[in-house]
Amino acid sequence: MQTLDLTQIGLREVNKTLHAQSADTNQTAWTIENARGSHAIACGLDAPIDVTVKGSTGYYCGGMNKQATINIHGSAGPGTGENIMSGKIIIEGDASQYLGATGHGGLIVVKGNASSRCGISMKGVNIVVQGNIGHMSAFMGQSGNLVVLGDAGDALGDSCYEARFFVRGKVKSLGADCEKKEMRPEHVEFLKEILAEAGMDADPSEFTRYGSARKLYNFDVDNAGAY
Amino acid sequence: MCGIVGLFLKDKALEPELGAMLTDMLITMTDRGPDSAGLAIYGREEKSKAKLTVQSDTPDQDFNGLCADLEKELKVAVQMTTNSTHAVLEVPQSQAASTRMILRRIRPNIRIMGVGTSLEIYKEVGLPKDVAERFNVRQMSGSHGIGHTRMATESAVTTMGAHPFNTGDDQCLVHNGSLSNHNSLRRKLRREGIHIETENDTEVGAAYLTWKMREGASLGEALESALEDLDGFFTFVVGTKDGFGVVRDPIACKPAVMAETDQYVAFGSEYRALVNLPGIESARVWEPEPATVYFWSHTSSNNSEEAA
Repeated sequence: MQTLDLTQIGLREVNKTLHAQSADTNQTAWTIENARGSHAIACGLDAPIDVTVKGSTGYYCGGMNKQATINIHGSAGPGTGENIMSGKIIIEGDASQYLGATGHGGLIVVKGNASSRCGISMKGVNIVVQGNIGHMSAFMGQSGNLVVLGDAGDALGDSCYEARFFVRGKVKSLGADCEKKEMRPEHVEFLKEILAEAGMDADPSEFTRYGSARKLYNFDVDNAGAY
Repeated sequence: MCGIVGLFLKDKALEPELGAMLTDMLITMTDRGPDSAGLAIYGREEKSKAKLTVQSDTPDQDFNGLCADLEKELKVAVQMTTNSTHAVLEVPQSQAASTRMILRRIRPNIRIMGVGTSLEIYKEVGLPKDVAERFNVRQMSGSHGIGHTRMATESAVTTMGAHPFNTGDDQCLVHNGSLSNHNSLRRKLRREGIHIETENDTEVGAAYLTWKMREGASLGEALESALEDLDGFFTFVVGTKDGFGVVRDPIACKPAVMAETDQYVAFGSEYRALVNLPGIESARVWEPEPATVYFWSHTSSNNSEEAA
């Protein structure tokens, strides 16, 4: 286990050290101490390493992540996991706004609640939230899955494309062009797998699926009021 | 951007540390806005006395003999404490309004930063570190306070464009965001006879609250109607004689984090601002909800949370 103390060596040194790890590095377990809400911790990683961050993080922790598994022992600030490509980010506490924004792949797990705009413009990432999510989540979501064990706030999935949303609790309101969908066997199967991968104990049959009504893909003057 | 902080002390033993704690919180937020900085401290108050915090760009001229000149005009004893470009004038509460008028006449270059019984406001162009040092804020004690570091977007970088803005006796406002209907609202408020000095959007927000309260609204009601009438982005922290309030616009894209322990309630634009507070590791930390008015008060036990 390698330990990096953020207050001792600074953010650039921490990230540089992690960036230097290659695909076949044998130093695969890292701990970052004293996160203290700092920005951009463990951004742009591209190696199959495990990084544990001690404390709460600020903006963009784990942004652009590839391959790495990042475990945040605290709460995560705005834009955590922004544009994640692959790998995994696990947040033990709550997540602030725009979690996993524009994420292309990989998995983000939140043990607490996620705030507004969770999964905004998601492009393939899977996000599992044990608690609730805030308003305008998955706005313009294009691909990927947002799984919520608690409730969703206002305007879920507004102007979404092909991203799928599974909510176990209540949805305060659906956004424009987002609708309730049928749960088919393949959706139950998918939920079973993703919940297992996220380490969450929940019955897939309790979830409701939401997705695009596909009415706003192309501009139609009759829909002008919906935008 | 802009960085805002607030600290409401429950534990009286921390009161001598208020200035130092708030200064550290604000300095941490420096990279959210380097243009100007300000702090409002709710400190010592004297029975039936009002405090006016005044500012001058030429304090040597304006503050020279000011106390004596005021005493001559008001025919009562006035206490004056000069602090760099600012001075705190203490006058009988009943004479606060007439002091304003007299100042306008005898020292036209003096600007009034704040009026109240316990409120003092210190703000200038510059970094939080320099502004706090200039006024020795670290040495100040108090029961609660708020602070702001500004990244100017809607108006010039000047002392008068710095936050906090005084909205009424013992009330002040700091703002992260930008209001988009401030020009039309400014015209409307001026027609209502509300004095607005600058082209700054936040000053209009502050003036709006002043106007609402003049029309009989409580601060909570004024904040709720602000959610209707102010267009744009805002996270507001308002200081009151008893405590502070927090409200975010319904979109809530301007960040806000709060922490509460048995000793204090703290607000920061980011969690970073809170990391040096005592016992933060075990504090309850959360993000205030959009379009919800929160209040903490020293005098009332029902600290509230109200969805608008």
